[in-house]
Amino acid sequence: MPLWLEDFLWTYQTLIHSLGINGLLALSMYVVLAVGQLSLGQAAFMGLGAYTGALLSLHTGLPFALVLAASALVPALAALLIGLPTLRLTGVYLAIATIGLGEVLRVVYVNAGITGGALGLGGIPDRTEGWIILALLAAALAGCVLIGRSRFGRAMEAMRSDQTAAAVIGINLPAYHLGALLVSAALAGLAGALSAHSSTFIGPNEYAFETAVTILSFAILGGTGSPLGPVAGALVLTALPELLRPLHDFRGVFNGLIIVLVVLFLPRGLVPWRMPRLGKTP
Amino acid sequence: MSALLRVSHLSKHFHGLTAVAGVSFSVRAGTVHGLIGPNGAGKTTLFNLISGLVPLDGGEIVFDGRDIARRPVHARAGLGIARTFQNIRMFEDMSVLETVAAGAHPGLSAPLWHCLLGLPRYRAEERAVAAAALDLLTFVGLAERARERAGDLAYGEQRRLEIARGLAARPRLLLLDEPAAGMNPHETADLARLLRRVRACGVTLLLVEHDMGFVMEICERLTVLNFGRRIADGTPAEVRADPAVIEAYLGTRAAARLSRPRQPRP
Repeated sequence: MPLWLEDFLWTYQTLIHSLGINGLLALSMYVVLAVGQLSLGQAAFMGLGAYTGALLSLHTGLPFALVLAASALVPALAALLIGLPTLRLTGVYLAIATIGLGEVLRVVYVNAGITGGALGLGGIPDRTEGWIILALLAAALAGCVLIGRSRFGRAMEAMRSDQTAAAVIGINLPAYHLGALLVSAALAGLAGALSAHSSTFIGPNEYAFETAVTILSFAILGGTGSPLGPVAGALVLTALPELLRPLHDFRGVFNGLIIVLVVLFLPRGLVPWRMPRLGKTP
Repeated sequence: MSALLRVSHLSKHFHGLTAVAGVSFSVRAGTVHGLIGPNGAGKTTLFNLISGLVPLDGGEIVFDGRDIARRPVHARAGLGIARTFQNIRMFEDMSVLETVAAGAHPGLSAPLWHCLLGLPRYRAEERAVAAAALDLLTFVGLAERARERAGDLAYGEQRRLEIARGLAARPRLLLLDEPAAGMNPHETADLARLLRRVRACGVTLLLVEHDMGFVMEICERLTVLNFGRRIADGTPAEVRADPAVIEAYLGTRAAARLSRPRQPRP
């Protein structure tokens, strides 16, 4: 490896980790939006994954791969618990129910002894590498594209487009809603565990409402026509604050301005194209 | 001939309003059956009950010997009931071909992991779906528009695409909610020809329609509703002569005048 590349990777290690982790979070948001639902529970699922991963690494000798698997599984189980009674909810109602999950979990983290209370958990072993994060992002992205191109993707787009017509052509809406929520929770949990092992510290307030909105904004900025959109949105929103660093105090202003301009002038997002399936549209 | 669909004592209330009140009728296999009646007679509600979009308050719906009244919407599609809508419901951003492929959903079985790994069974199924969808588009006369965006089609083309999407799951019963609405006489004649060809393929048709010329031409049996009740049932000729039907459409006085024997003018 040339010296400049090594230097670059070392300097921007944190940024590279964030790019991959936020890309995974954006995909977790995409999976829910792709079936026409709106969830604001992505941050909560991320937090569950982060705490699960951190506690397993701190208290057990499990290999990292198993820690990551468990961190995806636990939020998926939580999604099953919240998903079954809320399957009939759509739109903002599901969003509100999932905000509730985030708040409940935050209170649990603050008050439970094992989660370190309001101080959070420190000293989490730094077990992750940039390539692990990016490889997982690539795998998740490939999975989304392959599923999206299949009959499952057609069913998902049908649901997003017109729920009634989708049900009438034989698509089991509750099953798809629940399936999407489980996959989405698993992806968010994975991202949470990766971020916990990258930053080595987690606290209860990192997974609150504000984070949920940030994750949603990845998808909105990038566009939800294909899984590439939300990932592109995450990359831009993660890299932008770094690129705008020379602006010093005006950084936040320009960051916000760019988001507003994109939403105004690119209503379908940065990646407006939809996923090509059978019979491409021109 | 046996009844493919039998509806007995079906009722549905929306708060105080009785939309369907104890309606019974049968649709024989292989026929074109019309459901007519003045506006607000409960025709669309009856369609929604049969396809499962609204839960019923009472009665039975027997399709092909099975009571389907409490089955979810998607399961009814799987059993062989397809439908179109009065206000066309398109998957706007899909291509025309994809729309028909989406309609084939109940018949597809490639498991998720086959799709993820791109295994031969999944790829063969996708090729078969695309070929069948193109055949159906040829059947309804939209083959050359296969690659266009469904939302960009003209109104009459969208109606035909909706029929193709419904047929993609190889249904035994196709419910058509006002298929000729908004069409000119030329388009209506085309539609009648298309529906006859659909029936010739062994699909039973149940349709709601206001265009009486079209209904009388294409339907073999008619059921007439008024204020949520069945007021007549029979062949088009029988129904046309039924005093209760004339009264429902034209009012009591006009019906009385029509039923009086003509007096020679002085």
